Parts: sequence; structure tokens; C-alpha cells
Amino acid sequence: MTVADMIQVTHAKVLLGADQLDRQISSAFCSDLMSDVLAFVTEDTVLITGLMNPHVIRTSEMLDLKCILFVRGKTPQADILEAAEEMGLVVLSTTESAFTTCGQLYAAGLRGITMRGQGGN
Amino acid sequence: MEGLIHEEYYVNKGDYVTAGSASADMKRKLRQLGVSALVLRRLAVASYEVELNLVIHSLGGKLIFDVDSTGVTLISTDKGPGIPDIEMAMREGYSTANDEARSLGFGAGMGLPNMKRNADEFSIESQPGVGTTITMRFLL
Repeated sequence: MTVADMIQVTHAKVLLGADQLDRQISSAFCSDLMSDVLAFVTEDTVLITGLMNPHVIRTSEMLDLKCILFVRGKTPQADILEAAEEMGLVVLSTTESAFTTCGQLYAAGLRGITMRGQGGN
Repeated sequence: MEGLIHEEYYVNKGDYVTAGSASADMKRKLRQLGVSALVLRRLAVASYEVELNLVIHSLGGKLIFDVDSTGVTLISTDKGPGIPDIEMAMREGYSTANDEARSLGFGAGMGLPNMKRNADEFSIESQPGVGTTITMRFLL
């Protein structure tokens, strides 16, 4: 699906990257643990998280992620948004819970990343 | 073979705000050098993990990057306190991280195993009361 499809399904607000709505999203990973994001994500995926600090952006930078969807109505502070903008990230925000957001996206056809031992690395 | 790049970054204990900036800087330098995206990501992840470990666990330390024509060597050395049980520390899910690290989304006990997984070569030596040295090699 595209970023535009994600926005339609989750009713998310676009905080950054309004010019990248046609970007393709091939998988999703949802976690508030950046340790696990760093350990399990090996592909370009959308990061769905309720964690809000600069290390969410830094983690995305290390993994070359292009899109973050903040859940539970979290709105990033200016410094976090600035860092994300510098990297050209798409940043979305929804007031829904992580569970509901993931459910909406799954029902619309989006799937999780390939986990280790499941055909991945 | 003459080294292409030699960089050293000092990392302070408890410096959670800037943690990762050395890894981000090195990633940019290596990208400019034309390192492939796949190697770059593995190196950046392992580097970020070890940099976070210096901030969270060490009394302060240093990251040393050496780039040659066949690969990148990353050495992390610190001033202590050392790891009493390396075998335990290498287990996924085992962590001694404090609440501050955990509140930032770290300390899940994935760091050392994740470094080992991402590096082509990985070694760790530690002496309690002295310090820890981690050496990683990434082939280009």
C-alpha cells in the first residue's frame, strides 16, 4: 500500500512528508522497544510506535527507515520533527491505540516484517 | 594497504541525548565513500548498539573506526567497569540497563547479540575493574 492508503485506513495526520504520499509501504513493525526494532528490522518498513524521543528518529536513521507512524495521539516535539525532516522522513500521527492501528492496517492488507527463522535472515 | 579513513569518537557515560551521534556521523562518511546500503545499515546498527552500551553501561569510552580497501574495523574500548559474565551478557533478553535507558526504549538485552549478528567478525574481551573491548569487522 502507499502512504496515502495508510492515512486513509488509520485516519492519521501527516506531520511531515506530505509530498511523499505515493511512497510504497511494503511491511510494518510495531514496537515501543527500539532495542527490538534494531534487532529485528532488516527491511524498509513503517515503524509504528508510541515511544516519543529523539532515539526513535536515530533508530530509523540507522536502519534507513522512511516512515514512522506515532500512535496514541503522540505529537513529537520540535527537535524530534526537525531531525526527522532533515532525514526526509514521512511522519504520521494517529489518536488511536497501537492495537487498533495495526488491526486497521492488517485488515487493509499490510503485513508484518519477515522475522528471523521464518524465511528471513 | 593505507587506511582510507581513521576516526575516533569519545563517548561519555550517561550522555543519553547525544548517544548515536558518532554512529550517525560515521554512517554519513561511509555513505560518501560509496559503501553499499546493506553493509552501511549493518554497520550503523552495530555501531549504534555499541555506542549506546558505552553511554548506558561504561564509565566512558571510545569508538575507533578504521576503513581499508576490504572492510571497516570498529573497536569500542572503555574505562570499565567490565562485564563479570560475558556468556550471560551475550544472551538475548539479558540486560542490566537502568531505568533511564529503558525509558528511552533500550535495555531489552538485544545489544551484544545484535552486534554479533550484524558484524562479519565479532570479538569481546572484558576484565572486571578494568574495562571492555569489542572488536567488529565489516567486509565491504
